[in-house]
Amino acid sequence: MPVATKTADLIQKYEGEILQDWMQAQMMAVTSRPDLMQKAELEEQSRVLLQNLAQGLRSGADVADIKGAAWQEVRDFLGSVSQSRARQGFSPSETATFVFSLKEPIFARLQRELAKDGSALAAELWALTVLLDKLGLYTTEVYQKGREEVIARQQRNMLELSTPVVELWEGILALPLIGTLDSERTQLVMEALLTRIVETGASIAIIDITGVPTVDTLVAQHLLKTVAAARLMGADCLISGIRPQIAQTIVHLGVDLGDVTSKATLSGAFAVALQRSGLSITRSSHRPA
Amino acid sequence: MDRIPILKMGDYLLVTVQVDMHDRLAMTLQEDLAERIVKARARAVLIDISALEVVDSFIGRMLGSIAAIARVLDAETVVVGMRPAVAITLVELGLALPGVRTALNVEKGMEILRRSLGHSEGNGNGAAAESVAPPSEADAER
Repeated sequence: MPVATKTADLIQKYEGEILQDWMQAQMMAVTSRPDLMQKAELEEQSRVLLQNLAQGLRSGADVADIKGAAWQEVRDFLGSVSQSRARQGFSPSETATFVFSLKEPIFARLQRELAKDGSALAAELWALTVLLDKLGLYTTEVYQKGREEVIARQQRNMLELSTPVVELWEGILALPLIGTLDSERTQLVMEALLTRIVETGASIAIIDITGVPTVDTLVAQHLLKTVAAARLMGADCLISGIRPQIAQTIVHLGVDLGDVTSKATLSGAFAVALQRSGLSITRSSHRPA
Repeated sequence: MDRIPILKMGDYLLVTVQVDMHDRLAMTLQEDLAERIVKARARAVLIDISALEVVDSFIGRMLGSIAAIARVLDAETVVVGMRPAVAITLVELGLALPGVRTALNVEKGMEILRRSLGHSEGNGNGAAAESVAPPSEADAER
């Protein structure tokens, strides 16, 4: 269990000097971002980290185990620093460098203090390297976790947003699809459509693919699955919004849409739907002024 | 329950599945239905599966073959009241029942059967006439 108690005394003894050197190194480094953070704030963060670190080292805790209770404060502090830096627009490596840049000033002091005792110096350096490396990686981990949470949330929102089923007329539903259809989305779209068919008692559903960027064999297969499921519930499906480009792709890929009626525009499909429901639209003879 | 009752109503046979189908039950239904269609000279069969919550590939295939048998015996079949979950399951199993007519509920199913048999009674006639008349009126006005 490597510990670095000598470094703890060292930090206590030369805290001011180390902080000064460290600040200088950070300001000089290419990863320094004076546009994102004031010097005073950086100095405050550096000072708190140094103190927390010294406290952890003094307790004689294992430096290889940064998940331990002794490093709780250091971890919490670095976590909040990493999160706030991520929000401010720092890159992960810039954030990790904040920790790594502390090595140089401390190592220099250790070398001077323990110049006579080579083996002690090596042991201290090793322990400190292990600790700082782990802490640096920890900031990256927190940074990444924050990003992943954002991505997961956006993905959920997108799935919810992208499956509206609207009632165009009594008994006529429209399903405007936007974005690529993968199997997960097809499942959601299918469920949403079938549930609405039961709710509204609709007998015709129009699937509008104006917002679907490309139709390959897989997307077509998913579309046909949705059509088949709606048909099992007793509702006919029309496919609309087929752009000229898409029509060409469909034919070139040899995709067979079967006996599904397709129309170029949503209005065209709506006209067919009205006709099948025995309805028609007429122009009123007296228009409002 | 060892068999599903088949009710006769005029030219129609009504089958309401009220329990979860197991394989034996589906086989019995297929045999009974074939016999009843011939005996009752039925022209149409309506199968209500709104109470059916679970299907497997066997039951799915049975529904298809029941419809095919009925068609051979010159009777229309319509399957009504399929639940969304059942529909999705059948599609995922690759059983889209291409030869089977479907409707959302019993009422709509009866309307489809009436229209296809060309009956001139009650709502069937009204609905059939409605689907033709308004567009032609619109044309006349134009």
